[in-house]
Amino acid sequence: MKRRELIALLVVGFCRALPGAPGSWAQPGSQLRFCIHSEPKTLNPLLVDDDASETIRYLTGGVLVRLNRMTQQLQPELAIAWKMNRAGDAISFTLRKNVRFSDGTPFSAADVAYTIHRLMDPAMHSPTGDSFRFGNGEVETRMGGEDRIYIKFPAPIAGLDKLFDQVAILSVNSPNREMAVLGPYYVAENKAGSYLLLKRNANYWKRDSAGRQLPYIESIHIDIEQNRDIEMLRFERGEIDFIDSLSAENYDRLAARAPATIHDAGVSMDAEQIWFNQFPNAPLPDYKKAWFASARFRSAISESIHRADLARVVFHGHAQPAVSWISPANRFWFDARLRPYPFDQKSALRLLTQDGFSLRNGVLYDRSGRTVEFSLITNAGNSSRERMAAMIQQDLAGVGIRLNIVTLDFPSLLERITRSYAYEACLLGLVNNGLDPDAQMNVWLSSGENHIWNPNQKTPATAWEAEIDRLMRAQASTMEAKKRKEAVDEVQEIVWRQAPFIYLVNKDALVAVSTNLHNVHPVALQPQVYWNIEQLWMGPTRRRDR
Amino acid sequence: MKWARRAAMTFLVVVLAAGLLANWIAPDSYARQFRDLPDVAPSSQHWLGTDDLGRDRFSRLLYGTRISVLLAPAAALVSSALAALIGGAAGFAGGWLEGCVMAATDLFLSLPWLFLLITARAFLPLNVSPLASVAITFALLGCLGWAAAARVICADARALCDSDILLLARASGSSGWRLLRRHVIPNLMPVLSAQFWISIPVFILTEANLGILGLGVAEPLPSWGSLLRELENFSAFSAQPWLFAPLLLLVLTVSCFHVALENREVWT
Amino acid sequence: MRTPGRFWLRALARHTARMLLVLMLGGFLGATLARMAPGFGQDAEELDSRLSRESVAALRQARGEDESLPGFYVHFLGRMVRGDLGQSQTLQEPVRQLLAERFPETLESVGLGLALGWAAGLGLAIAAVMWRSAWADLTAGLAASVLLCVPAAVLALLFVIIQAPGRLVIGLIVFPKIFQFARNLLLRAASLPHVLTARAKGLGGLRVLIRHILPVAGPQLLALAGVSVSLALAAAIPVEVLCDLPGIGQLAWKAAMGRDLALLVDLTMIVTLITLVANTGAELLARRPREGGA
Repeated sequence: MKRRELIALLVVGFCRALPGAPGSWAQPGSQLRFCIHSEPKTLNPLLVDDDASETIRYLTGGVLVRLNRMTQQLQPELAIAWKMNRAGDAISFTLRKNVRFSDGTPFSAADVAYTIHRLMDPAMHSPTGDSFRFGNGEVETRMGGEDRIYIKFPAPIAGLDKLFDQVAILSVNSPNREMAVLGPYYVAENKAGSYLLLKRNANYWKRDSAGRQLPYIESIHIDIEQNRDIEMLRFERGEIDFIDSLSAENYDRLAARAPATIHDAGVSMDAEQIWFNQFPNAPLPDYKKAWFASARFRSAISESIHRADLARVVFHGHAQPAVSWISPANRFWFDARLRPYPFDQKSALRLLTQDGFSLRNGVLYDRSGRTVEFSLITNAGNSSRERMAAMIQQDLAGVGIRLNIVTLDFPSLLERITRSYAYEACLLGLVNNGLDPDAQMNVWLSSGENHIWNPNQKTPATAWEAEIDRLMRAQASTMEAKKRKEAVDEVQEIVWRQAPFIYLVNKDALVAVSTNLHNVHPVALQPQVYWNIEQLWMGPTRRRDR
Repeated sequence: MKWARRAAMTFLVVVLAAGLLANWIAPDSYARQFRDLPDVAPSSQHWLGTDDLGRDRFSRLLYGTRISVLLAPAAALVSSALAALIGGAAGFAGGWLEGCVMAATDLFLSLPWLFLLITARAFLPLNVSPLASVAITFALLGCLGWAAAARVICADARALCDSDILLLARASGSSGWRLLRRHVIPNLMPVLSAQFWISIPVFILTEANLGILGLGVAEPLPSWGSLLRELENFSAFSAQPWLFAPLLLLVLTVSCFHVALENREVWT
Repeated sequence: MRTPGRFWLRALARHTARMLLVLMLGGFLGATLARMAPGFGQDAEELDSRLSRESVAALRQARGEDESLPGFYVHFLGRMVRGDLGQSQTLQEPVRQLLAERFPETLESVGLGLALGWAAGLGLAIAAVMWRSAWADLTAGLAASVLLCVPAAVLALLFVIIQAPGRLVIGLIVFPKIFQFARNLLLRAASLPHVLTARAKGLGGLRVLIRHILPVAGPQLLALAGVSVSLALAAAIPVEVLCDLPGIGQLAWKAAMGRDLALLVDLTMIVTLITLVANTGAELLARRPREGGA
């Protein structure tokens, strides 16, 4: 396993490169503080689906393999070696020995088998489990002693090994059930709606290059704080140690006041996008359905939007025009041949004219003489989205289109886009969780629940959707990276041409980190700041407590 | 106090006129985005600077005045009238009617109206013009804001019933409209004018908060409430004092209403 | 002494029955409003592209979309009779525990807010009326205007910035309303003929106030006192959310945003109960002299 050795070398090399590590192995009394922005919906690692719960799972869960957020490569954790079969439906792991859960229960292959069976239990409805679910049938596990396990899935899964980054191993024997963990921290206190306190797992297996047990920081205090301004205030007061996914305004503000704390980790995985409702039974007039179904209309809208202005004005330059459903941050899968739609309203008008639209006295009319007007819904409370919408409104006025902006509370918005389909266009950022395009099957398959512009189709509504279906299935059925990449590139190009999603910008990953927190290397992938939590350590400065 | 009243009235007229004449006075359209000049400080070109999309703040303030100064008092009037009607009817009628109305008022004060507003938004079409949207919002506010005042009015009306004033008036042959105009309304006036005065700024601010439900003023139209929301961005407080202009204008206007609504008999 | 005693007993029985009825109605209406508003049973997680069709269906079912409203309410009341207030869906904790943890905070902040609002509001109103000074009135009016016009969020943020206790904000929000109502009521009472006569006879300010003005404005001021409890509770929501005070207001906000039906109905009933107690209490006090003496 040449690859594994290389990764091991990387890890060791990385540890060596650390700036002077602290004197003792743990820092007594050291506490990392930060805010999450909503209540974690669950502490059960199998059921995690929201960001807040994912934060807790990342900090407490022990996984077999970890996707290094910086190198975007897998690195060994509880498994010291792994091997997939050629068909891509089975994987075997060699496990680390002498590892214990946070409550002292020993870790063995039986725990992995138990976790996999729980995960794949259809009654569990685990989002993580669902990403392994291709084809019907039972998952099969075979143990080879204490430290070997072989797992066979009913159907091949592209990118199978990387999916284990999300699987926190549970204990089959521990009386504490899910609260017994293998990660660097465990949940010591949970005050609903207020804060969580994590404490250092004294049984954590990982050691630094000098053989000292990790993690260095003794406890983590996580406050639930929805208000980003108050979070910022608390950061400036030194009450919290970092902020991730910082807004561009706050980034610039800190750039003036405390330039040593801010980091722009480059383009992130998040994209902002617009799409038109193309659901055939949507409660919309037929002429509007006809507009939205036209690729020329959608491309014309796309060409009428000044993406560079959006990036410059709304995101203060900390964003770049977006091209595709895969962010450039996803180094392997992004199709580098694609170029963003240029801002060209003349070309947009030419496209519209081909569809029978005409511009008279600054107002655009369709074939049957109706003025072109539609509404754009977006979620309230997201100021950058509200500003983007206002700028797009101005841009579209340039081609004679009247855009009505409606901000809705999130549940109402969801109801409109997933149940009642009572909307015309929507501006939202859909979050990409994994690097592998397989995670987005439900978005691109025309039969998918998340094929959001026209979900749950019995048969593909258009030829290009049928072609995307074919390509997405093709990439999922082969294990050859090159072939998969070719298919995914082609999907990206079709999506670019047909513009079912009009991609606007990819935001940069902006973070602020206290100068008191050391060994931080912010990255574009989540979690941006604490992906190497066990290696972080605090400087000697005493903080002002709340 | 005459001079104060006169000054207040003049100020209100000037503000109203500025709002109505915004098309002629404002240096720019409220929607025009100077994208190369977002968030700039006041200058001779932009008297109050520009907002984060580069729109002229002074022009937006003028156009916002038109909406807020016209619609908020109208909604306040509706809520005061409803309070008078409901509270007055309960207080004068007494008995089981009063019990029922007061129970309804208590319910009104405690139900989560947020959901009614969300439902109202769902029944409105999405392609409603910004002006219609804000008018509907103020109408809703006017219809929902009466409960607290109605309770006080009810107590007021009951006291009035018990007092000798009505008895004497009736005895002297007043009845119907005359009774209402000469005795009832003047006596309810203190509470009604308080309700009216309080409702104006409260409605202006609530309208902006309802933006999160898709109600209220829609982009690109400005209102005082939406301009005031910029203040919530607290870091801007000290660095950009001109952001306080809408707040100053609102405070002055509300104060002038306070003076203008002065109970004449007391001060003369 | 027998008559007032019986009056109190009868009134108490009548009002208790009425309050129970209104309380049930409040719970039911609150449930209806929350259940019928769009967005009920919606979960952002449905947008997760990894979820299978079955998991999405399970998610929807777990959010209680299937249960009918009357069914929910009957179950809910049945549980409530046994002392079980249900389970909060957003916070994953029994509602009873959440309320027990958070009620004292709100009691304290609303109590303090009311005390502050009344002390300042009534105090300034009395000053404006008794001194008969235009300047005093203008100054107090200006202070009330400023506090009415500053958005609650801005006030709360200011308090966070200067690290002052956020509870005071509730007082500042309630103050201008109490001031304006009290001022107008007192002004009218002060202009009544017998008060003017008493003044002309040279009676001291304090005595005029206590003997003549307050008794006239009393019932209305009591009604205002009852209503001000609702005003303070409403003010507690933004203040607790922004100042991060773990109280009932913050809980209500989370419940509304998460469409947490059980929690919402419990909170509606609690707020209704508090409103009823405050208003009915105020009413009984206001009526006592009249009916008690009859």
